[in-house]
Amino acid sequence: MRKSNWLLLVLALLLSTFLVACSGGDDSAEEETEGTDTEEGTDTEETEEEPADEEAAPEQVLNILESAQIPTMDSSHATDAVAFQFLGESMEGLYRLDENASPIPGIADGEPEISEDGITWTIQLRDDAVWSNGDAVTANDFVFAWRRAVDPDTGSEYGPFMMNGVLKNAEAINNGEADVEDLGVEATSDTELVITLEKPIPYFYGLLTFGTFLPLNESFVTEQGEDYALSSENLVFNGPFLLEDWNPTGDNPDQWKLTKNPDYWDAETVTLETINVSVVKETSTAVNLYETDETDRAGLSAEYVEQYAGTEDFRSLPEPTLFYLKMNQDNEALANQDIRKAIAMAIGKQDLVDVILANGSVVSNGAVPANFSAHPETGEDFRDINGDLLVEDVEAAKEHWATGLEAIGTDTVELEYLGGDSEVAQEMDAYIKNQLETNLEGLTVNVTSVPFEERIARDEASDYDIQNSGWGPDYLDPNTWLEMWTSTSPYMTMNYNNEEFDSLIEKANNELLTEPVERFETQLEAEKVMMEDAAIAPIYQRSRAYLWRPGVEGVVFNPMGADFSYKWAHIE
Amino acid sequence: MARYILQRLGYMVLTLFLIATFSFFLMKMLPGSPLSAEQKVSEAQREIILDKYGLNDPVPVQYVRYIGNLMQGDLGVSFQLKNQPVTDILLSRIPISAQLGLYALLIGTVLGMLLGLIAAIRNNSWVDYSANIISVIGISIPSFIFAGLMQYYVGVKLGLLPIAFWGTWQQAIMPTIALAIFPMAIGARFMRTEMIEVLGSDFIVTARAKGLNNTGILFKHGLRNALIPLVTVMGPMAVSLMTGTLVIEQIFSIPGIGEQFVQSVMRDDFSIIMGTTLFFAFFFVLIILIVDILYGIIDPRIRLAGGKD
Repeated sequence: MRKSNWLLLVLALLLSTFLVACSGGDDSAEEETEGTDTEEGTDTEETEEEPADEEAAPEQVLNILESAQIPTMDSSHATDAVAFQFLGESMEGLYRLDENASPIPGIADGEPEISEDGITWTIQLRDDAVWSNGDAVTANDFVFAWRRAVDPDTGSEYGPFMMNGVLKNAEAINNGEADVEDLGVEATSDTELVITLEKPIPYFYGLLTFGTFLPLNESFVTEQGEDYALSSENLVFNGPFLLEDWNPTGDNPDQWKLTKNPDYWDAETVTLETINVSVVKETSTAVNLYETDETDRAGLSAEYVEQYAGTEDFRSLPEPTLFYLKMNQDNEALANQDIRKAIAMAIGKQDLVDVILANGSVVSNGAVPANFSAHPETGEDFRDINGDLLVEDVEAAKEHWATGLEAIGTDTVELEYLGGDSEVAQEMDAYIKNQLETNLEGLTVNVTSVPFEERIARDEASDYDIQNSGWGPDYLDPNTWLEMWTSTSPYMTMNYNNEEFDSLIEKANNELLTEPVERFETQLEAEKVMMEDAAIAPIYQRSRAYLWRPGVEGVVFNPMGADFSYKWAHIE
Repeated sequence: MARYILQRLGYMVLTLFLIATFSFFLMKMLPGSPLSAEQKVSEAQREIILDKYGLNDPVPVQYVRYIGNLMQGDLGVSFQLKNQPVTDILLSRIPISAQLGLYALLIGTVLGMLLGLIAAIRNNSWVDYSANIISVIGISIPSFIFAGLMQYYVGVKLGLLPIAFWGTWQQAIMPTIALAIFPMAIGARFMRTEMIEVLGSDFIVTARAKGLNNTGILFKHGLRNALIPLVTVMGPMAVSLMTGTLVIEQIFSIPGIGEQFVQSVMRDDFSIIMGTTLFFAFFFVLIILIVDILYGIIDPRIRLAGGKD
């Protein structure tokens, strides 16, 4: 008898623990919606209370998720999408990209004045722009920032990458052969900036919108020293929004917010009051947060696309990022043009984007993506003019394959295929292997899936036969997609060498620099040449699938730099 | 006892030194560099940057420098989070993981022990069977499945608890339960087996014969002896729970160390990897020491160092 009483007691205790846990849950739900939790940045109240008073203007608060922390807010050191995103919102450069991806004045007061030879750019600055500590934004802030970016002591990655060969003496300074004072940028007054280029770079205007070219407040940066940009306390801003509560070593390293900057020169254009940001890496968590109105945007992976496609929340945003196979011509078989063509044409690209990626990505049949660059006169898209250069065509692939095998005198070919180790990459590579082996008789493809670092190392060592690789643009000009395939480019790595292609690119980047139309047409020609060679096998142009809260309007999607611009965004 | 502990602490320092050395050289064998735009930066530019951070020096030179800094408590700065001191990163993230792990460990172990105890007392009854089923489920289903299901049903469908993030006690409930299930199941199984064995042994029979009541026998004699194997498994489990669990932290977007660690490995962020490894190692060695001391307290027969001190 006593024994069973004791047992009852234990059971009751156990049960009560569960009950406490459950009732605790109820409380939590209550508290969440009462909105006492701003410090955690998980505000749930703003959007869902709309129906209560439909007449009143909705609160201008946007909640978004990022898939990673901000690695740095120092514009000299920024290299990735998240850093450029938040630099873009909180800082203002000379120009900013508008919704048509054209530069419009930021700190610059009007368009640049360009000398006849295209080398000297004189830019007037507005005199009413200020930093968040009250200092005026002056021409010297740009001079200081750009010198810092190429200074070898800074150890910047993107500084030299973006500026070498563009700004006069940048490369020499970075190599330690010239002083930073020799850099081709000069403040002739507080509001006049004179830039000297190495050569007349036609896409320099677009470059000026890029994060690496943002100004830095010299006195503030110098005073902060090593501490500069370690947290939002160690930063000053001059952009549409102020970054707040960002501290990667604080109590809550994964949440921060942007608030409207009242001192921004164009503050009256900015409608959003607050943007709350949280880092969420798991897609299912992001979708759950979207479903409960805790976020207004969630990125989707392939398995969710089917579920949401067609709803008013679903948006697929095309990106100018291309994926393709690099074919190493060191390999005897791949040195043969017919073999390369056969491989490029044998892959069912449409099924790949429809079934495996399923996020709105589109088939790519060239070396330059669609909707990226337009003919300077007619405005026609590069891709539309050149059309489909290397399409999937199994019959033609088989013919090329037979011709190629005959030419090299064999009937079996074995190729090492280097791919990424993410889930999607492995699925995609398995599919491509299957397509190639099914459609091209006698071909064996051995897929090796490696982490990104390892793939880059093998890429540089040309240690692959076929490699599934991707590239995003660095500036708004077809050259960012073409120059990398010249025989002297460090990114080419596949032993492709076509003198005609090299000379076309060379021409486009030298004597034709000031002839936009001829230059564009030369680039079109160059793409045809390399596609005729099947130097690479284009696969797809990436899109990203998102859930976006209907009513969030005016967000600008940029082809390069920050993915989004919230300056003109508002909630309806 | 004091001498024993001192001796163990000495070994601990030696162990940590060996781990530091071993992981340092292993790290240096990894391909790639900590540069973030590795694909784009040219080789010449990369050399300039690596020179700046002393990463082009011979590995032994780098090793001596690292160990030298380590002696002074300087773990260096992160590459991935530009210039952020590794010590600060660890200090901001480890307490969060440790807190979550501690909750899960306490709740899991206590519930597990209770479950095992009941099962042992009511051996071969329906109570025993259900406890068994619960622990088999707990062991065999991975925690992220529970986490995902809970997040969807409790968070989204019922709206009872916050779906993600960290800061309030409500936000801690679901990740704690998800993490606690495994230690609970393990605890229940060990407790049951041991308890059944102990309750059948001679000294329990003697105790009963002396007329002690059931509760007294159970707690004073039974439980204490059944605890030994449990303490053995719980030690390492405590380490794995409190040093951050990647999956649970990721699902609930908890800014803990587990997730940061994996990210650092992928990005070749040398100083964070070393810092975290050393911390984990330190913690592990410490827990083992605590477990050894606990043995002595639970079972006087296993007095440390031959029990001479």
